[in-house]
Amino acid sequence: MKNYRYILIVILSLGTFLHADLTEKEYDKARQSMVETIKKETKKTSKYLGKNTLDKKVIDAIGKVKRHKFVPEKYRVNAYDNRPLPIGHGQTISQPYIVAAMTELLNLKESDSVLEVGTGSGYQAAILAHIVKKVTTLEIIEPLGLEAKKRLKALGYKNIEVLIGDGYYGLKSKAPFDAIIVTAAPGQIPPPLLKQLKPGGRMVIPVGSQFYVQQLVLVEKDTKGKITLRQIIPVRFVPLTGEH
Amino acid sequence: MGKAIPHKTLRYSIALVSAAALAYEILLMKIFSIVQWHHFAYMVISLALLGYGISGTFIALFRDRLLSHFSLAFIANMLLFGISTIVSFVLTQQIPFHAQEMFWDPGTVLWLLAYFLLLTLPFFFAANTIGLALSYYKKDISRLYAADMIGAGLGSLSILVLLFFFYPALILQIISSAGFLAALLVSYEFGVKRKKRLLLLLAVFLPFILPDSFFQINMSPYKNLSQVLQIKDTRIIEERTSLLGVITVVESPTIPFRHVPGLSINSDVEPPAQLGVFTNGEGMSVITRYPDSLEKLKYLDDQTSALPYHLEPVEELLIIGVGGGSDLLQALYHKVEHIDAVELDAEFVALVRDKYAEYAGNIYKRPNVNIHIAEARGYLSGSKKKYDLIQLSMVDSYGASSAGLYALNENYLYTEEAFRQYLRHLTPGGMLAISRWVKLPPRDSLKLFATAIEALKQEGMNAPEMSLALIRSWQTSTLLVKNGIISEEEIKSLKLFCEERNFDLVYYNGMQKEEANRFNILQEPYFFTGIEGILKDKGFFSQYKFDILPTSDERPYFYHFFKWNTFSEIYSLRGSGGLYLMEWGYLILAASLILALFTSVVLILLPLSTYKNIKSAQKGFGKTKVLVYFFALGIAFLFLEITFMQRFILYLSHPIYSAAIVLSSFLVFAGLGGAYSKQLSSKRGDIGAVRSAVFFIFFLSLFYLLAFNTLFELLAALPDMMKMAVTIVLIAPLAFAMGIPFPVGLASLAKESPSLIPWAWGINGCASVISAILATLIAIDFGFVVVTILALVFYLLAFVVLAGRK
Repeated sequence: MKNYRYILIVILSLGTFLHADLTEKEYDKARQSMVETIKKETKKTSKYLGKNTLDKKVIDAIGKVKRHKFVPEKYRVNAYDNRPLPIGHGQTISQPYIVAAMTELLNLKESDSVLEVGTGSGYQAAILAHIVKKVTTLEIIEPLGLEAKKRLKALGYKNIEVLIGDGYYGLKSKAPFDAIIVTAAPGQIPPPLLKQLKPGGRMVIPVGSQFYVQQLVLVEKDTKGKITLRQIIPVRFVPLTGEH
Repeated sequence: MGKAIPHKTLRYSIALVSAAALAYEILLMKIFSIVQWHHFAYMVISLALLGYGISGTFIALFRDRLLSHFSLAFIANMLLFGISTIVSFVLTQQIPFHAQEMFWDPGTVLWLLAYFLLLTLPFFFAANTIGLALSYYKKDISRLYAADMIGAGLGSLSILVLLFFFYPALILQIISSAGFLAALLVSYEFGVKRKKRLLLLLAVFLPFILPDSFFQINMSPYKNLSQVLQIKDTRIIEERTSLLGVITVVESPTIPFRHVPGLSINSDVEPPAQLGVFTNGEGMSVITRYPDSLEKLKYLDDQTSALPYHLEPVEELLIIGVGGGSDLLQALYHKVEHIDAVELDAEFVALVRDKYAEYAGNIYKRPNVNIHIAEARGYLSGSKKKYDLIQLSMVDSYGASSAGLYALNENYLYTEEAFRQYLRHLTPGGMLAISRWVKLPPRDSLKLFATAIEALKQEGMNAPEMSLALIRSWQTSTLLVKNGIISEEEIKSLKLFCEERNFDLVYYNGMQKEEANRFNILQEPYFFTGIEGILKDKGFFSQYKFDILPTSDERPYFYHFFKWNTFSEIYSLRGSGGLYLMEWGYLILAASLILALFTSVVLILLPLSTYKNIKSAQKGFGKTKVLVYFFALGIAFLFLEITFMQRFILYLSHPIYSAAIVLSSFLVFAGLGGAYSKQLSSKRGDIGAVRSAVFFIFFLSLFYLLAFNTLFELLAALPDMMKMAVTIVLIAPLAFAMGIPFPVGLASLAKESPSLIPWAWGINGCASVISAILATLIAIDFGFVVVTILALVFYLLAFVVLAGRK
């Protein structure tokens, strides 16, 4: 009976986990296992992304980008978990599955010019940089953008340009773009951005909160300039039982 | 051991601590709703109240030692209460816990546990003072209980006043100081030496000399307000506290807000400058700078909510939840002749009407605009006026939840009864338009549709499907309910409106499947098939994976979509981004219940080892009967209290005032009942007293249950002050009777086996925590009538146990 008050102390002290760093090799291994997870998950949801399997380019890119370099030190060991992680400034790095799904939806070719609105950690830009020749990315939160710029430079990415500014107006000087990805959920789809999309181009917007994406909005501009909008629930879930 | 009758200062000090503890509870709920999220606040605080249960166990275990140093233990706990109110709070602000992360990272649950343990402390100390007094002054239980209850009742009123005038940090200081003051008061009775009393006097002022930085409240970085403040050049230009929460006005000169929910992608008019307005750091709405020409407001015609203006001319308009005035601007753009606008939050109105009047173009002062500070249904029940259009767009009412009492927000704006009330205030051919953010797969819009059908049927419409239409953009949906049949002509206009703006038709009578899902394309036409299911398929509600059954005042949980049989499917989808489908509010509530039950079992069993020599066969209560009696009373009291609060909140219509009035009336009158209980049991005996009380409770509850609707309809038009008086008069006798069984049982126990008093006190504390959570869970699925009936069953059970003593 005398000991029960110590239980509280033990429970409290459990809260302070020790985060040990892993070796680069271990990170590589973790990354490959994450790629497998994503492949498995996308197989289930392929119908919703309009493909049977993920594009090899997307898989390769995810297999190459060192996600653990994009997250704060204390989350490094979790870097290859299939979950969003906080990166400071109230922002997160998206769930890898969602990153894969969004990149897939952009249908990229190597020659495409891509604009990203909302650099965040720079992870999504790095993925894109492995697929296309040139990526331009805009960040509205200055310190976050500067951090990402430094990080991407240190990791040797030469084909990414990080700019600080308001994504609403896109980037007139480099428009039009083959693909635009808006990772900072906007209140609306900015008309100037729509204009900067090439005919035949695609724009992807995740809608939801920092930790949960509710839908991926895919905007397609056909060769005549007509716009269609798809609302993709990135999950294999039908709201009615018996409907599969 | 134990003295007969204490001096009245001791009762005053108990009342003071009870008042402070209740005020602290409500204050914490307020603060945590600001820094984190409401559901989280509810969970942590309801569990922290287990401090009462822990106290019972603690006193039971160390009873002899505590009672032999009674005055020291009593004063020490008051002091510890005073200290821990501040220390616990300050420490919680250092805990890196973010509610949203919890579902990704189970490890953060340990931080949650730390939160809970810290906050349990103040309640534990407060409960100790009362529990100790009840054990020590065995002959005066009824009056001590009365002091506790009346104190708590006054506490719930005072916090209302305090919140009205002061910022949370100062209130925290006042509450802490109350703990020290209580200790000082009682020190006279205990004959504490003068020097020590002087120290206590100094301690009363101690909380006020702590530096401001001590009380820094750290808002979660994931709240809307924190996110917006990250953007360059944004700054807070105004902050106001009201009973509804803290309102923050933000200016963003470099990067405009451009807040236009559900704007058509064909619209290319950029909105004028806006000020962002946040309530408790969430739910942004805007005050728009009035432009030099109305044409610049064209974008407001490109929202789904503009639909009704394109069907019929609108002369008389009612806007519910006008807030920063976007809907009003939309109406002015459409040159509506006369506008009534209702807004609950007086501070919000004051911002647009006074402080930023110039900026907003004095829209609240126009001769054709009347702003009413009221709750919508309260306003309507006092008005006979009819409208061509009632507009509710993006309105999420502050339920009683913002008063900090329930986990899942009730919402009385979207119930069947509310719809009927709106319909009765429409001119023939008039329309009700409700716009909401789109949820995928559809939930809100289907529930609203189903509710509207029920309401139309109840109002005698034979073909409700002919009075309804629903459209959506990728972001918002708008439901139209017409007081009459939507004509061919109107359907034509509706189609044109949607076509021009790339909005999708979801439903009008006679719509074909091919017409759905054309612009904002979903994998399947989920909205269309959902509506079809509601209209044609009786089994649809049970097959749908979310709860979209119509809501009523009896089950006012508009935001409740959770179904248990979908849980495992959604959980298995977490790897592919499926967690957003989870409805966390309900799960948090269920998890709280499990935790409370588990902890209660431990707390109740723990002292049993010290009661080895008390056998059930002995004369009197016995352990099992003590357990059943006090547990049943704990459950029953809160079940009834919560049900009737619900009813009266609706009647009084303003959620915050009414919650405080109803709660404090319940506590105060129950306290008075408790004080009277001694007299009653000396006249009629313990069993007789409880029999009378339970009989009375039965009679009144059943009468209220049957007569409420008629009664409230008759008394709906009374002025607010009269309504409050009616409420108090109706609550008084019921609460009075409800206050009797507990002290009678405890006094009876004091005569037979006094060592069981703290155990009984703890059991009652545990039961109260369980009861509050359980009542909501039951009401969600079965409605409040069932909660009432169960409460009566528990009262009956308690009586049977008492009467069955040997």
